[in-house]
Amino acid sequence: MSAPAPPLRRVLAQSGFEARALLGRSEQVLLALVLPALALVALSATDAVELGLGEGRRVDVVAPGVIALAVLATAFTSQAILTAFDRRAGVLRLLATTPLGPGGLLGGTVGGVLVVQLLQVLVLGGIALVLGWSPALAGLGWALLAIALATASFTALALLLAGTLRAEAVLGLANLVFVLLAAGGAVLIPAERLPGPVAALATLLPSGALGEALRTALSTGALPGRELAVLAVWAVLASLAARRWFRWF
Amino acid sequence: MPEPAVEIRQLSKAYGPTQAVVDVELEAFSGQVTAVLGPNGAGKTTTLECLVGLRRPDGGTVRALGLDPQRDAGRLRPRIGVMLQDGGLPNGARAGQVLRHVASLYAEPRPVEDLVERLGLHDFWHTSVRVLSGGQRQRLALAIALVGRPELVLLDEPSAGLDPQSRRVVWDLVSELRDEGVAVLLTTHLMDEAEALADAVVVVDHGTVIARGTVAELTRSTGLVRLTVPDGLEAAELSAALGAPVRSTGPGCFVVDADASPELLAAITAACAAQGAQITSLDVGRRTLEDVFLDLTGRDLR
Repeated sequence: MSAPAPPLRRVLAQSGFEARALLGRSEQVLLALVLPALALVALSATDAVELGLGEGRRVDVVAPGVIALAVLATAFTSQAILTAFDRRAGVLRLLATTPLGPGGLLGGTVGGVLVVQLLQVLVLGGIALVLGWSPALAGLGWALLAIALATASFTALALLLAGTLRAEAVLGLANLVFVLLAAGGAVLIPAERLPGPVAALATLLPSGALGEALRTALSTGALPGRELAVLAVWAVLASLAARRWFRWF
Repeated sequence: MPEPAVEIRQLSKAYGPTQAVVDVELEAFSGQVTAVLGPNGAGKTTTLECLVGLRRPDGGTVRALGLDPQRDAGRLRPRIGVMLQDGGLPNGARAGQVLRHVASLYAEPRPVEDLVERLGLHDFWHTSVRVLSGGQRQRLALAIALVGRPELVLLDEPSAGLDPQSRRVVWDLVSELRDEGVAVLLTTHLMDEAEALADAVVVVDHGTVIARGTVAELTRSTGLVRLTVPDGLEAAELSAALGAPVRSTGPGCFVVDADASPELLAAITAACAAQGAQITSLDVGRRTLEDVFLDLTGRDLR
């Protein structure tokens, strides 16, 4: 007699499987860990790029931005590419016929992203601490909330992309968006250092809102109210859009 | 008659203006292998996808193990094993990792080692799915379909891309499932597969069922004569001489669609003698499923 494993065990199994898939390829490890780690060390240790730090140490400005970059890399770019190719190969169709079902697939997708992000925060946070980072502990809760909302937005946008476009198009677009946002999206570089119109636009995007929210919360411990509101709106809109247009098969 | 494991009534499904399936009726029973036979594009895969809940029918009712694949999806999924035509294997993972993962979704999966042994998965257990051959993918996909101890197994073209040895292994495994009381529904366009495995055959074409029965029932009708005459014979001439339909199945190969009576055989040899044409082979036999199938579905390439 066939019986399914308990729901939580199924979702956890799928989360582990997804996490391994997210980190299973060298270019993804590069995107998720190596690149942010290099950015962290390079920007903290040298002043090759002028970040306009004002008072305080460079690492205190750089570390939150690097974490935002890592979240963007995993929840958006890697996830979009992974889902797009899995969808094309029929993986989503097959898993939808197992006890996992579409609900478990979604749970596993989010779970996989969270597992990888936990790893990223530990590794990058660890490096930053070694480099002398002293985050404002009062803002830790707000930072985690910002990461959670941004993850919801990015993952929903990734699924939206992966569920509607050809896999090759997703590969190109997801990488392009990553590079553009990393360079001018107020992720690594604070919005105040960007030209006026770019900064205004960047802080309305989930990437910029996350970068600014983490810098505010982890440097001063203050509540990044505007940024959290922007992230919440994105999370809702992107989830609704993904729900409307995403096709598992 | 026991309750069927699969019960499809008047199933219809269209993709835009294309009617993929029209009023399909289908039953499959536990302890039996049911083959859905049809050319490419006949609606086999669509029917199967409606059955596993991947597509929502436009009309009709679909029941698997008495459950509605849409409404009761959560209760149905653990009890079915599915092998899709495109495989659905994640390219980034290793073969063994995928099978172990799917096994972990069940409370009491079939021992993975058992499937590894039966389907010869050792050789590529640690190989990335990306580089597996077509046959290796098929065997892994079958293992995934069976690992949850399903009561109903749905296989979409299970032997596509398999070498003869692997196909034999798959057939043995399917026969074993039947003996264990599992209901097996498979699609195929391989006549020998249907002949070798199926307790019941449903022939579909252009989205509708055009024949059904056991292999014996479908092939029971009159016999036929096959002959090879390399030179000097035209199908039309022979047909005129015999007063029976003759078709050419290849260069110099003919099939006479008529009861293979002694009179007919005498007429055939007489016709060849009249033309001075040498017969290199002559075979009198019952119709194969392939003959029935080609008669029913026509001879045009799809």
